[in-house]
Amino acid sequence: MTLTAPPKPPLSSPAVAAAPARRRRPIGGSAATRTLFSESEIGRGRGRAAYWVVFTLVFLLFLAVFIFPLYWMFTSAVKTPEEYAQPNPTLFPQSWVPETYELAWDRMRIAKFFANTAFYALGGWLIQLVIQVAAAYALSKLRPMFGKVVLGAMLASLMLPATALLIPAYLTITDVPLVGWNLLNSPWALWLPAVANAFNIYVLKRFFDQIPNDLLDSAAIDGAGRFRILWSIVLPLSRPVLGVVSIFSIVAIWKDFIWPLLVLQDTETQTLSVALSRLAATSQVPPTELMAGLAIASVPMIVVFLVFQRSIIGGLAAGSMKG
Amino acid sequence: MAVATVGRQTGFRSRLSRKIQDNLMAYAFMAAGILCFAVFSWYPLVRGIILSFQQINFVTDPYWVGTENFAAIFDDPLFWTAWKNTLVFTGLALVFGFVVPLALAILLNEIRHWKGFFRVAVYLPVMLPPIVGVLLFRYFYDPGFGLFNTILRGLGLPESQWTQSSSTAMISLVLVSTWANLGGATLMYLAALQSIPGELYEAAELDGASAWRRLRHVTLPQLRFIMLVLLLLQIIATMQVFIEPYQLTGTSNPDTITVMVLIYRYAFTVNQDFGMAAAMSVLLFVVLAAFSAVYLRVTRNAD
Repeated sequence: MTLTAPPKPPLSSPAVAAAPARRRRPIGGSAATRTLFSESEIGRGRGRAAYWVVFTLVFLLFLAVFIFPLYWMFTSAVKTPEEYAQPNPTLFPQSWVPETYELAWDRMRIAKFFANTAFYALGGWLIQLVIQVAAAYALSKLRPMFGKVVLGAMLASLMLPATALLIPAYLTITDVPLVGWNLLNSPWALWLPAVANAFNIYVLKRFFDQIPNDLLDSAAIDGAGRFRILWSIVLPLSRPVLGVVSIFSIVAIWKDFIWPLLVLQDTETQTLSVALSRLAATSQVPPTELMAGLAIASVPMIVVFLVFQRSIIGGLAAGSMKG
Repeated sequence: MAVATVGRQTGFRSRLSRKIQDNLMAYAFMAAGILCFAVFSWYPLVRGIILSFQQINFVTDPYWVGTENFAAIFDDPLFWTAWKNTLVFTGLALVFGFVVPLALAILLNEIRHWKGFFRVAVYLPVMLPPIVGVLLFRYFYDPGFGLFNTILRGLGLPESQWTQSSSTAMISLVLVSTWANLGGATLMYLAALQSIPGELYEAAELDGASAWRRLRHVTLPQLRFIMLVLLLLQIIATMQVFIEPYQLTGTSNPDTITVMVLIYRYAFTVNQDFGMAAAMSVLLFVVLAAFSAVYLRVTRNAD
């Protein structure tokens, strides 16, 4: 489980990392892991031909199923509404109206919802990181009484499907116990519940557990306080896991739908996803502008994915190993 | 002697006060986190159960109604429709969503070129906001100028009404959902496949096992654990389906109304009745908790 080994850059996916180096070698060159078929079986003769046929078919299948819909989304937006709605769709846009993206951005007010979502995602990320790191550090390194009980109670929440808590959580937001705040339409309605993410705390704690206590003790002897140790020793060592937790926090808020649908009902406060859902249900929005809106909502996630694909894919693989 | 006792006592006392100080410090670090869990996770769980036996009107205090909420939802014909639809959705989603990622992963594991491309491509839909996939498919499904019917026409096949016909609505929802979600399972299978020791295949090959037999007797048995885990996770996830029916077929369509959509409908649209919604949530919770318990048992035993 790569997530828990501080010295190594975690979550490296060997296959992805090594792919470019392997590209030019013959089929038999990548004997790193033995799979169902041996290199000799698919390395020559009929096997080699069959391999390339299968490879081409799978490549085309992936292109058609996973890449093409995105291509369609980006190109539909630049078509004229007439071309878009004709009974025989055009594969390559015959018309070219990139202004649709500007129209969507201004007239459909995608700009506003984009800014909202970015604010929620970044604010939520910051708050989560601060609170979750502090809690995980206390659980891992300060080891208070009943720490195990607290961690257990937090982990128990992983068993609760989010949807089962939707109704009472919504009512809690409208009237927070003891203080009586109504957080509806406030960013805090997204941020505070997001903090209660046991998975992040668990991942952080597991990582902190790997940092040798001797290191922290010697810093304490030199007079460093708890906070100083966290800031100057634990956090710099934990950069990789902080990165992973950050990515997952931001992506989760950007993608979330049902919770912001409930707690951010005022149009001015809506997230991009909820606003697109609402706009799609009205007939006033030209469909090409809606496509542009979908494309704009996707771009940050696509960029995050392409930049951090190794962490994201590796994180998934590590998660599956842990089970 | 007296000096020694005093020394021991202050030592004990300072150790005690240090211990208290450490604990205070630790709980100060955890306070914000514990508070968030308490208010937004632990308390709503209790509140949800209580609420299912209460009526709430936002004017007076909530009052007890016994099992009336449950009686009301059992009387609602949509209740049974929603459960039936949810089970059909989960079942169909398993047919696609369970088999396809496994097959794709086994295929991808044999592919020696452009590995990065395949991994990125299959996971790309998972990264998109769910609403994007759903609205994109809404266009593909359009019976008039949608892409799918154009393709069917081009192949000389009969066209379909997709989400707009009661016979194909559910399968259409399953298709979007599968497209949007199968990347995660595929990559997890792929990771599991890569951890199968190569010697197993070599030994099987020496024994003269064909590729098919190697698949049956080496690959699949080695994947048994992760298959079970993903099966349970998928059941738990698909039983909570919401956005696909919500956006594509609406909250009133009896062909596709699911448990989550009905909860939403009880609380926020037609009934405006949080008691009924809470009662429904409790039932859903009980069903999902059963699967969660099996999941925990399975993964706990593996450690």
